[in-house]
Amino acid sequence: MAQVRLLVGTRKGAFVLTADGARKNWKIDGPQFAGWEIYHLKGSPADPNRIYASQSSGWFGQLIQRSDDGGNTWSPVGNKFAYDGVPGTHQWYDGTPHPWEFKRVWHLEPSLTDPDDVLAGVEDAALFRSTDGGQNWAEISGLRKHTTGSAWTPGAGGMCLHTILVDPGNPQRIVIAISAAGAFRTDDGGATWKPINRGLRSEHIPDPTAEVGHCVHHIAAHPGRPEVLFMQKHWDVMRSNDRGDNWHEVSGNLPTDFGFVIDVHAHEPETLYVVPIKSDSEHFVPDGKLRVFRSRSGGNDWEPLTKGLPQSDCYVNVLRDAMAVDKLDSCGVYFGTSGGQVYGSADAGDSWTAIVRDLPPVLSVEVQTLA
Amino acid sequence: MSSVQVRVELPAHLRTLARIAGHEVLVDAAGPPTVRTVLDALEAAYPMLRGTIRDHATQQRRPFLRFFAYQRDLSLDSPDAPLPEAVASGAEPLIVLGAVAGGCAAGHPGLLAWSECSKPQGAWHC
Repeated sequence: MAQVRLLVGTRKGAFVLTADGARKNWKIDGPQFAGWEIYHLKGSPADPNRIYASQSSGWFGQLIQRSDDGGNTWSPVGNKFAYDGVPGTHQWYDGTPHPWEFKRVWHLEPSLTDPDDVLAGVEDAALFRSTDGGQNWAEISGLRKHTTGSAWTPGAGGMCLHTILVDPGNPQRIVIAISAAGAFRTDDGGATWKPINRGLRSEHIPDPTAEVGHCVHHIAAHPGRPEVLFMQKHWDVMRSNDRGDNWHEVSGNLPTDFGFVIDVHAHEPETLYVVPIKSDSEHFVPDGKLRVFRSRSGGNDWEPLTKGLPQSDCYVNVLRDAMAVDKLDSCGVYFGTSGGQVYGSADAGDSWTAIVRDLPPVLSVEVQTLA
Repeated sequence: MSSVQVRVELPAHLRTLARIAGHEVLVDAAGPPTVRTVLDALEAAYPMLRGTIRDHATQQRRPFLRFFAYQRDLSLDSPDAPLPEAVASGAEPLIVLGAVAGGCAAGHPGLLAWSECSKPQGAWHC
């Protein structure tokens, strides 16, 4: 019987939530790494027992943990993230040059084919790769050394590389996103990169249509159609039909187009999910109602999904890596909140239940669909 | 060069990480022991601690940690200064101490004891 395993990163540890294919009865294991911030965990598509976790703390810096048995036991692996060469400077909040400084790993993206091969998106923005199961890390420095790199600026949460999308049909093609530099793509395995921000419009930067400087919050794509990208920008939900070369807005009838998460149905490439957040100054859901919005038409036309979600006195946020979908026939959708709830839907969003209600604030949610 | 056994007291999170039972470990540090030689020996015995007390690249003490010994704060001393005799003799431990902290909504340590933190960390928003 099929199983699903949720990997939940929180402010104070990691949790593993498992259920059978019915997704009704859940087992909650954790916390692992209690007291540490777990920005992200992700399992290898090639070996679901191999899971990587980003563990960090303001006191003790960055660690990477690896499990080879599906999250039951963990071992620390390499945590040395050294920029290639003399890293130079990027722009600070006040426009002055600021040295590139490694702070933490925001996102881990294991290879589709090799459990030992994993990418890491870090703050200050850079992309690292390990080909030995996380023991050693080397920067893919063509990204940071892009001619625009010295002009990149951090968002309020830091200058983080938070999104990594590897093209399933061509692993040399990778899309990444940085807050607040924007989206970039390589077609040659990371040697060269191009900004892919044409069509984005950000009123809070001096040139609203600049080549870089956009605060991209998250990008998602259906694995069977990697040329179509969906983006939740700071404000605006965007779509690209050409691998990011051009974007157009698909916010449509959303009550607000500010938000962090965006994801795509596992079997319907035109079905999207977002969780609108009131504004960039009020980071909670509007009107005290927790609503996932679903579009079945690739954007523009959105319907609120509310069954099972609190519709009064709710003021949580859902952060950028805190939504995931499983691959079961009836697509499961999951998300975690700043209030420590993890909600799940076994019917593509039609109805929701709280899998667990009182975890520490949730930073990330990933799901593994197990045979 | 001869080595001496030095007692090192670690914060709870690092003891958990290194799977150390009890509050202290004994390390064989090149003598006369200094903060650098003790931490070198500690990291050799417990490689998972590399980067958690000293920055990988600069080898500087992490800002929210301090080094205490024999009722003295050694944090701002040279890492190559000899440790007090009481530490070298094993009578007293070298204490690696985490900043007393709490209550910071942005997720950074929110120091109560020291004021080295001045920039936002881990806010997850923009």
